[in-house]
Order: sequence, then C-alpha cells, then structure tokens
Amino acid sequence: MSETLVRLEHIEKSFGANRVLNGVDLTVEAGEVHVLAGGNGAGKSTLINILGGAIQHYSGTVHFMDKPVHFGSPQDAIRQGISVIHQELSLVPDMSVLENLFLGDLPTRRGWVDFAAMSQQAKAVLARLGLEIDLQARVGSFPISTQQMVEIAKALRFEANVVVMDEPTSALNARESDRLFGVIGDLQRAGCGILYVSHRMEEIYRLASRISVLRDGTVVSTETPEALPPAKVAQLMVGDAVERAESKMETSTAPMGEVVFEARNITVRQGSRTLVDNISVMARPGEVVGLAGVEGSGCSELLWAIFGGIDRDSAGEVLLQGTRRHTATPQESVRAGLALVTNDRKTHGLILGSSVVENCALPNLVSFARRGWIVAAQMRTALTALCRSFSVRAESYDVEVGSLSGGNQQKVVLAKWHQTDPAVLLLDEPTRGIDVNAKAEVYEQIGRWQSAGKAILLITSDIHELLALSDRIVVLRQGRIAGEFKKDDATAEKVIGAAISA
Amino acid sequence: MSTNPVSRILAKPETRAILAFAIVVLCGLLLNGDGSFLRFGTHRDALRQMSVYGILACGMTVVVLSGGIDLSVGSVLALSAVLLSKMVIHWQISPAISVLVVVAVGGFAGWISGALVAFGRMQAFIATLAMMVTARGMAKLVSGGEKVATNLAMPDGSMKYVEVPGLYRTIDSRILGGNLSVVTLIFFACFAITFALLARHRWGREVVAIGGNEEAARLSGVPVKASKIWAYVLCGAFAAIAGICQAAQEQQGDPEAGTGYELTAIAMVVMGGTSLMGGRGSVGLTLVGILTIGYVEKILSINAVPEALRLIITGAIIVVAVFTQKRR
Repeated sequence: MSETLVRLEHIEKSFGANRVLNGVDLTVEAGEVHVLAGGNGAGKSTLINILGGAIQHYSGTVHFMDKPVHFGSPQDAIRQGISVIHQELSLVPDMSVLENLFLGDLPTRRGWVDFAAMSQQAKAVLARLGLEIDLQARVGSFPISTQQMVEIAKALRFEANVVVMDEPTSALNARESDRLFGVIGDLQRAGCGILYVSHRMEEIYRLASRISVLRDGTVVSTETPEALPPAKVAQLMVGDAVERAESKMETSTAPMGEVVFEARNITVRQGSRTLVDNISVMARPGEVVGLAGVEGSGCSELLWAIFGGIDRDSAGEVLLQGTRRHTATPQESVRAGLALVTNDRKTHGLILGSSVVENCALPNLVSFARRGWIVAAQMRTALTALCRSFSVRAESYDVEVGSLSGGNQQKVVLAKWHQTDPAVLLLDEPTRGIDVNAKAEVYEQIGRWQSAGKAILLITSDIHELLALSDRIVVLRQGRIAGEFKKDDATAEKVIGAAISA
Repeated sequence: MSTNPVSRILAKPETRAILAFAIVVLCGLLLNGDGSFLRFGTHRDALRQMSVYGILACGMTVVVLSGGIDLSVGSVLALSAVLLSKMVIHWQISPAISVLVVVAVGGFAGWISGALVAFGRMQAFIATLAMMVTARGMAKLVSGGEKVATNLAMPDGSMKYVEVPGLYRTIDSRILGGNLSVVTLIFFACFAITFALLARHRWGREVVAIGGNEEAARLSGVPVKASKIWAYVLCGAFAAIAGICQAAQEQQGDPEAGTGYELTAIAMVVMGGTSLMGGRGSVGLTLVGILTIGYVEKILSINAVPEALRLIITGAIIVVAVFTQKRR
C-alpha cells in the first residue's frame, strides 16, 4: 500500500449562484499519475486552483501528508510541497528565462540577487527537461511550446511532493511531450504524486495509474485504466442528461434552400503552430451548424478568422450567396452581414462603462446618423424597443452595461447584433456563465433567427445544448475536421469520441 | 454602490466636479481680495485667462476619452503662434488664409501623432512626446529662435515697426459692450463643437467606445484606427486655435510659448473627472475642471498669493479633487 500524499474530502465551491464543485473526494498517492478527465466546465480548473492555493475560500478539507492544510496563497502551497503547472502561462514575457524560473523566489546573498546560484540551479532543472536555451534571453522571444517547457521547469525547480499538471502538453509538440513524459516517469520513481489533467486519450492511457472522471462538480468514477476503457470515459464525461435537455427544446425542421454562407480553406497560424488547418464550412438559411471541440481544437479561432477579427496569420475566403466578400476586418464583415458573438463578452463583446443603448448602437451607428450626426431620439426609441423585445432587464437602458447581470449582458450582446440584421451569426459560447432562464431566452432567440432564415455557426461546450440546437455538427480536433454528424445520428458519445480520440 | 439617494448623487462624477467648483467659488467669496471677486471685470478676466488653456483642454478631452494622451499641444501652440505671426506680420498674408493654414498645420501635427499611435502601434505618450519636441523645434526653425513681433529688423540693421495686425486686435478685443472677451467666445465655440461631436456625432460616440473597450469596438465594426487619428487631428487643430489666441493676446509669436500648457490641460481634464484610462468622462466635466483650476488661480492672484505658493496650492487641489473622484 502506497502512501497517500493528498486527500481531498468533500470539496465544495460556488461562484455566486453557480455551484462549480459539488463535494469532490479525491486522493493522490505517492508514485502515481492520477489523471483527471472532464469536459469544459466540469470544475477541473477550480479544483486545481484550490489544491494550488489560488482559491482560499471553499468548504471541505484538503489533507496533505496526513495533515489537514489550508493554503493561504500559491506560494504557501509551493513551500509546503505542491507545485502547479498551469495551462495558461504565468510567465513575464519581457524578463529573462532565468528570472522567470525564480520569479517570486529569487535567491539572495545579503539582500543582493545571487545570479551564480540561480543559473546553476536553472541549468540543472533545464537539463532534466532536456531543454537547451539561453538563460538570458527574453521568455517572450521563444515559441509557445518552449515557454510551456519553461513553465514546467519553473514548477519542477521546487522539490515538490505533488505536482499538478493542467493540460501541460496542449502547446507542446510530440518530441517535447515525450520529454515531459520522461520527466513524469522520473518523478514517479522518486515517489512524487502527480495529478494530471487532460482530455487527450492517448496521453491518458499512456500515463495513468488511475483515472477519475469529473462531471458537474463531482467525481463520478475513479478506476484503473484497465477497468475504464476510453468509450466509458467519454460516456461518463457526458452523463445521462442528454435526453432531458433535448426534450426541453423543440426540434427545428430541417433547413432547406441554397447555401448562403461558405467559408473556404480557413487557416490560422500562431508562430509555428497551425491552430486552424484549411477548414471549410458552409451553412444554409435557417441552419444551425454546431462546432464542437475541446480546447485547442481551433473552433473559436475559426470563427474569429471568418469574421476578420484576427489581425495576422489567417487565410481563406468567405462567400455569401455564392459571391466572395471581403471580411478581412470586422468593419468589412459587419458591412457584409456577419455578426460575431465572442465567448468573452466582458473583454470582446461590450463596452462595460457605456450604457445599454450605447452598446446596442455601436455596430450600427451608421443607420442612426444623418450625415454623421446621430438622431438621438430616433435611436433611443428604436433601441429601447429592441432591448425590451430581448427582455433585457435593467432599471433603465441608460445605466452602464457593466452593472447588469451576466444573462442580461449577454442579451444586450445578442440585441446589438440583431439590429444589424446579419445574414450569418457566428456564436461562440452564447450561453456561457448565464443562468437557466437567460439560457432559455438565448435558445428562443436562436430559434427565431433560424425561422428568419439566418445561417448560424454555433460553438458550445455544453454537449446537450449542442445536440439540441444544431442541425448539423462539425467536430474539430487540433485544427482539423475530425467528424461531421447530421442531427439524427449525432450522439454525445460520437461527438465527444471524435473530439478527443487521436 | 449605495442605495442612499444622497450618496448616489454624490457618487456621480458631475456632482463631484460641480461640488469642487462650488467650494472654490465659496472660497472666492470669502477671500474676495478686498471685494475684487465681487466685481464683474474679475470674472471676465478670469474667463479670458483660462480661455487658451480651455481650448487645449477641450481637444485633450477627446484624445483622453479615446484612451490616449497628447503631450504636444503646448508645442503645437507655439508653432502656430509663430507661424501665424510670420504670415500676417512679416509676409502680410491675408488673415483668413493664414488662420486656415495654421489650423491645418496643427491638424496635420495631430494627424502624424495619431497615425503613429494607430498604425505605428506606438504608445500615445511616446508618439506625442516626440511630436512635442519636434513641434518646438519647428517653432524655433520658423521663427529663427526670435520672437516674431511687430518690430522688424531690416537688412541695414535698423528697426522697422509695423502696425499690429487687425486680426490680432480683433481677437484681443471684447464684445457685448466690453463684457465678453473674443478669446472667451472662441473658447466657448470650441467647447460647443467638442460637446456636439462627442455627444451627437457618430465619430464622437465611436471615440468613447474605443476608449472604453478598444477590442469590443473593433469587433463591432468600428473603424478604430481612423477614429483615433481624427481625435488627434481635432486636438492638434484646437492647439493651433489656442496658438492663434495666444499670438493675438501677446501681439507676437513666441517660440517659447505654451511650455507646460499640456500639463495644465491634462490637469483640467482630470479635474473634471474624465478617466485617463479612456472611455469615461465628457467635455462637460472638463468645462467644470477648466473653471475650477482657472478660478483657483484667479482667487489666489487677487489675494496676492505669491506664485510659488499658488503652484503648490493648485497641485494640492488637483490631488484632492482626483482622489475624491476615484472613490466610487
């Protein structure tokens, strides 16, 4: 019987009314790789943040080395022996590799930074990863994959008992991944416990000593890989709620008519990595094309590229009604009749400090202006009516959008694009972070757009939503199309299987 | 946010700005400099003295709302004053053409700053710092480093005096029975134009949107780059108008004029409550800021407070005012 390093007991965490973790029990033993699998929104990141000390308020107990502990900060967790390799890089791009490795923990001698000791330690840890880079070079000057390796090195520098890795290979190439797996083997042999978050099947079965599946904030199963084949993992990640969700939404009739929208050979590159690899999609009037894929699949990037939202390194063409349209900038796309609802309304969708009316008017100021001067009364009347019809609830439509609830903010985003009367709507997670009622209203709106003959491309990580709303589902994996399903023969298992298997 | 109606009204930037101004006026009534604060002429002069700064602050407001800053306005003012004086005094070019050329030059200086920011992706602080230095150099180049005045040095070494141009006399005069300075009228006109553009023009709304969230504005189809550049063009043109007023009041073009004015203009914008982060504020707030700082100066000067102390007090008032604005 091996030694239990970490034991989580009934961890619960809510953000506002949104309960993310619903009593999680989990252990990490010495010398094992415990893989944590789960769909987007299952609560993986929250769990990691609690274990790594980034979230301090939760209920339940974390036991570390048989003692109940409560980490006051990430530094606190590191000091006690838990290192976290975050998926999102936490490096300072303008500082050197060396300084990044020691950020927050610079070795000093009489108050002065001891660069000699630093570079000695740094060389040792980089050698373990087989990484040969200039320690003095700016971190930002390296490709993402190297930066990810630096991030990993940073976590390994501490002699941690438990290392938590959140999709560490998402930015790595095959060779770098292999090196990382080698290091993971070394760590295991040294008696380290590893909690490894991933949804790449080949990786999971290569590394895992045990697999736990997290769904809706609870661990639904913990088994050895032998007892838990990939199909079973996919099924567990989805759950049995599919029918329930489907029955809630009326099924739309199959769309007819000619193709109104076509995106051809869309390619997006970032450095040496290809995020979207020569993808073509099309849609008919009244058709909802669901795009599915795990993180890194390129779904969002595809929509952004179609809309011209990405400045550089994107190629491809967009056809509306069979004619090629310029959509190299959002300005041109809006004019051509496209609308993009991004998955992050706070950074990309709304001007939080401006009023509801102002926000709605923004993409369509032209139509409210005579010779450039806005006819304010007309604009107010039209937009007030618009917001009412979208049932945006606010004490007045002159209040700052930032003061509204998430659901109402999202309705403002939809209303804003509705009044530009687009032919094609690109919706990226339109129901993210909003409550059930607001979700229902978003579904209704999508239905109305369908009846009005608009073509819709929809990304959603909620598989039930995807299955219920889409007429057709295109699955993307690592920038390529990995499968396509008609509404009738799409099942959650098939879609998820296509999205994660390699 | 509190639900208490009083604190709610107090939380509005308008209320705070006006309150600050009201306190300043109250101070003026108490420390009235042997009654001179109660005379109409004092207020007429106060308004005249803040007019040049006020014009700069109006243009500055637009740039600040867009999320930028323009440090070059003082130098552009000097360049404009020198160029105008050269044209109307030395070269005897018609006032109308001269004014148009000068305003166009100011706008062009703004266009360059704006293009560096929008297309060159340069930080506004740095782009306009470069323009500040460059425009000062241009002012010295045009003037030959001398004040451009009505006393002309002739080739034979003698001095020739020309009459003060009519343009200068007109701008430096008063209308409405001597109750309103023409420069104040020009300032009000600049304010009205800025106010209308920001409140009612498509471009004005787009500028505010860009300052609020540039990415969201871009994805909404706003021509971000063009709109930003126009903000700097307007600011530069207003700096030129301020330069014309300055030249008329001094009856000469001084290449050293306007040094530090950009900071006063920024202080007025901030005093009103417009956020230096962009997107929040209005030129109406700036007007209150202009009046507040203008009146502080006037009250201190009629009470014969020495300049050193005046500057220190003004600085302290800016800190206090902005500090209360931050408390939301």
